[in-house]
Amino acid sequence: MSYIKPSFRHPEAPTNNIGYTEADYEGALSTLCAGCGHDSISSAIIQACFEMSIEPHTVAKISGIGCSSKTPTYFLGNSHGFNSVHGRMPSVATGANLANRHLTYIGVSGDGDTASIGMGQFSHVVRRNLNMLYIVENNGCYGLTKGQDSATADVGSHSKKGAVNQYQSIDLCALAIQLGADFVARSFSGDKAQLVPLIKAAMSHQGFAFIDVLSPCVTFNNNVGSTKSYEFVREHIQATGTVDFVPMQEEITVSYEEGASQEVCLHDGSVVRLRKNGKDYNLRDRAAALAAATDHAHSGEILTGLLYMDPDTEDLHTLLDTSECALNKMTEAELCPGNQALQKINDSLR
Amino acid sequence: MKPTDISDPEYFHKVVDCQYACPAHTPVPEYIRLIAAERYTDAYMVNWESNVFPGILGRTCDRPCEPACRRGRVEEEPVAICRLKRVAADYKEDIAERLPSIPTEKNGKKVALVGAGPASLTVARDLMPLGYDIDLFDEQALGGGFMRSQIPSFRLPEEVLAEEVNYVLDMGVITHFNTYVDSLKSLLDKEYDAVFVGSGAPNGRDLKVPGREEGAANIHIGINWLESVAFGHTSSIGEKVIVLGGGNTAMDCCRTSRRIGGKDVKVIVRSPFEEMKASPWEKEDAMHEDIPIMDNHVPVDFVVDQGRLVGMHFEKVRAQYDENGKRSLIPLDEPHVFVECDDVLVAIGQENAFPWIERDIGLEFDQWDMPKLDPQTFQSTNPRVFFGGDSAFGPENIITAVAHGHQAAISIDKFCQGKDVTARPMPGTILSSTKMGVHEWNFDNAVTNDLRFKVPHADKYQSLSDRHIEVELGFDEKLAYAEAERCLNCDVQTVFTDSLCIECDACVDICPTRCITFTESAEETELRGKLSAPANNLAQDLYLSEPLKTGRVMVKDEDVCLHCGLCAERCPTAAWDMQKFLYSVTKAAEVQS
Repeated sequence: MSYIKPSFRHPEAPTNNIGYTEADYEGALSTLCAGCGHDSISSAIIQACFEMSIEPHTVAKISGIGCSSKTPTYFLGNSHGFNSVHGRMPSVATGANLANRHLTYIGVSGDGDTASIGMGQFSHVVRRNLNMLYIVENNGCYGLTKGQDSATADVGSHSKKGAVNQYQSIDLCALAIQLGADFVARSFSGDKAQLVPLIKAAMSHQGFAFIDVLSPCVTFNNNVGSTKSYEFVREHIQATGTVDFVPMQEEITVSYEEGASQEVCLHDGSVVRLRKNGKDYNLRDRAAALAAATDHAHSGEILTGLLYMDPDTEDLHTLLDTSECALNKMTEAELCPGNQALQKINDSLR
Repeated sequence: MKPTDISDPEYFHKVVDCQYACPAHTPVPEYIRLIAAERYTDAYMVNWESNVFPGILGRTCDRPCEPACRRGRVEEEPVAICRLKRVAADYKEDIAERLPSIPTEKNGKKVALVGAGPASLTVARDLMPLGYDIDLFDEQALGGGFMRSQIPSFRLPEEVLAEEVNYVLDMGVITHFNTYVDSLKSLLDKEYDAVFVGSGAPNGRDLKVPGREEGAANIHIGINWLESVAFGHTSSIGEKVIVLGGGNTAMDCCRTSRRIGGKDVKVIVRSPFEEMKASPWEKEDAMHEDIPIMDNHVPVDFVVDQGRLVGMHFEKVRAQYDENGKRSLIPLDEPHVFVECDDVLVAIGQENAFPWIERDIGLEFDQWDMPKLDPQTFQSTNPRVFFGGDSAFGPENIITAVAHGHQAAISIDKFCQGKDVTARPMPGTILSSTKMGVHEWNFDNAVTNDLRFKVPHADKYQSLSDRHIEVELGFDEKLAYAEAERCLNCDVQTVFTDSLCIECDACVDICPTRCITFTESAEETELRGKLSAPANNLAQDLYLSEPLKTGRVMVKDEDVCLHCGLCAERCPTAAWDMQKFLYSVTKAAEVQS
């Protein structure tokens, strides 16, 4: 088995606006099972960062425990990374983000790491509107411990050995919408045309952005009867519309028929556009989004695409009125202003 | 675009760029792997079966394989294929046991071969194991043809040449050396069942400018002069030598001159340096031996003073190209350049000549006075006469002559057995999985980053003192291994089974050179435009699957595939498999390798 990826790349590989090729955003060779959906998600993150011309050193990847949480090793090898404690990625991400608001935070988690052990942490990071991209690589099973059903496994879904899941599943998108997230999307690892623009939009969104990505576990949950297999997902997938992401540097050149699309302008000037079913789906209606996700789930279909979005939101830094300057840029005098300053604060609270 | 038919032997053959480019289609990656495994004798026999002269070619081949090598498309330089071939020859054990057995009971057919060069020797090698009686005629005293007369011994030692020529002659070929065939008619009258003409392109082109006749004593035709040196008739030359011409013969002339008395040797050529016909490494070697190459100089006249050649005049030119890329040399408005010299060697090309073939024996010649031949069978319009090597279609090289010889031997055999000469045998192909375990292959699929290793050379001053000292020392075993590891194993094919694919994208994501795309099928031009990576090399095919479950097709651009096997390693359903493809040109007689 190969443990090193050859270093040769396509001689005509394109470069982005800052002169990097896609290879500059790659990481180590994956040790996940062959065909794992997670590797496709890593690849989509690489493509998104490459196309957005992000400086790799301005990204921090943070994860918990699980197959999904191993993946930050396999992308953005030149970025910051923290493989933290099971279910505790949101805490570490919060700490990092508060210390330096100028990085792009990508949190990678799985259905176990988020919907089971990390459920509490997840709920609160949504509530706090931490400015980050939170990706759940959702395969409906605990792949790292031989494929037991996870909390996102659908009722009636068959495991590899034939056992049928009896417990209600947690719909993380519905939950996020309900908890007040302002950017919620669902996608499929096997559909990069949809996933890549979603990742770009989520990274540009100023606030908490959540993407639940169905990512089949080829080893334990790709069997007939599973509702998280490549085949089942492909057959039952529905999209709210086709998502385009137009970064702020680019002029909008394509025009669409009135009403055939809807556009959302982000704070940094980039634009998210929903095409095709665009006019039938109101991106900004939280209740409708919740209903749409739930209705599709009831009828056995998987609604993907951008489900809900509100760009006019206040993230945690705004709410807390934190320093613009990163803590590592401050001097000791600023970080430890001394007893006098403490007394001043104490006095102001008496 | 239609799905690719991988059962067509030519499809995967084309993916093995080196083998495809080789006129004899030697299975290059196969023998390179054997060299890496220190199985030198096996590597030698793979070569010997295919090209008959591995030791000779490993030193002198024009290497059409190397510019084709895939490695040259992903990094600076191709694998040193030619010099690895030499390694097989240098380190092999005795091969006597492995040579084909020659039947003592002959098949009753007699064949005459004219010329003892590579083409004729190949015909003999292929026909002797079938029981033919073969008479070989050559005007020289020893076999080898132009490999002996024109390639200097500092590039090709006599013992290497003799060894490989003798493997063939020792099969029981009846040799008639020192015998110039002056009439094809009389040969045909001797009741040979077939005659093969492998007499080369024996005439060196002359330069007819003023002073040619007056200076004749010191003006020599390159190939004749090299032959004269090779056979010991010439052993010195003046101190100042001009070599005219820009091909490999010119390079051999100048370097030979340096070894037998030439101190101030210059190569002077009409064309720009980059367009000289000589192989880049031959030019390099010449310049390394302090031989300047003056380009864009057109000879005007030979200057003779008191009956002795003293120099030449040249007109300086520049190259100009019209819209079709056709070159013309435009004289510069400068006075002629005078270059002093004692001797001039004219190496400006070779020509065919068949003064010994009668024109009334049913053998037709074309407008350029070349025999009319069938390009597949090498049969002339006199069905008993076959051609090959330089005498067939003009001057080429050794490996082309060998390729001709193999095909002519098939034709001669069919002709002698009363079979249809035009029914050509299919190539032999074997496609077999290299899978050893879940993600294990029986070839070394890791890609090394090493740049091409240089072949060590003998000390310059020592080698210039004696024309018999071989300049290139060849790779030692350690270097040979390292160089062999640079081979990308292009013969291990990425074989795709569409019915197994679940379209998980794992192969697309892992491919280092982004060769693989899943997309809707379209016409080739459109398809090339929507692949994951630029697919601008139209000489390389797209590998297209049948439609998959989602209606898309798998498209793989063969251009810069590293054959690293990662697509197959990341494939959960073994829809990708790494399968070794062995393509072998069928010969008249099967020679075990």
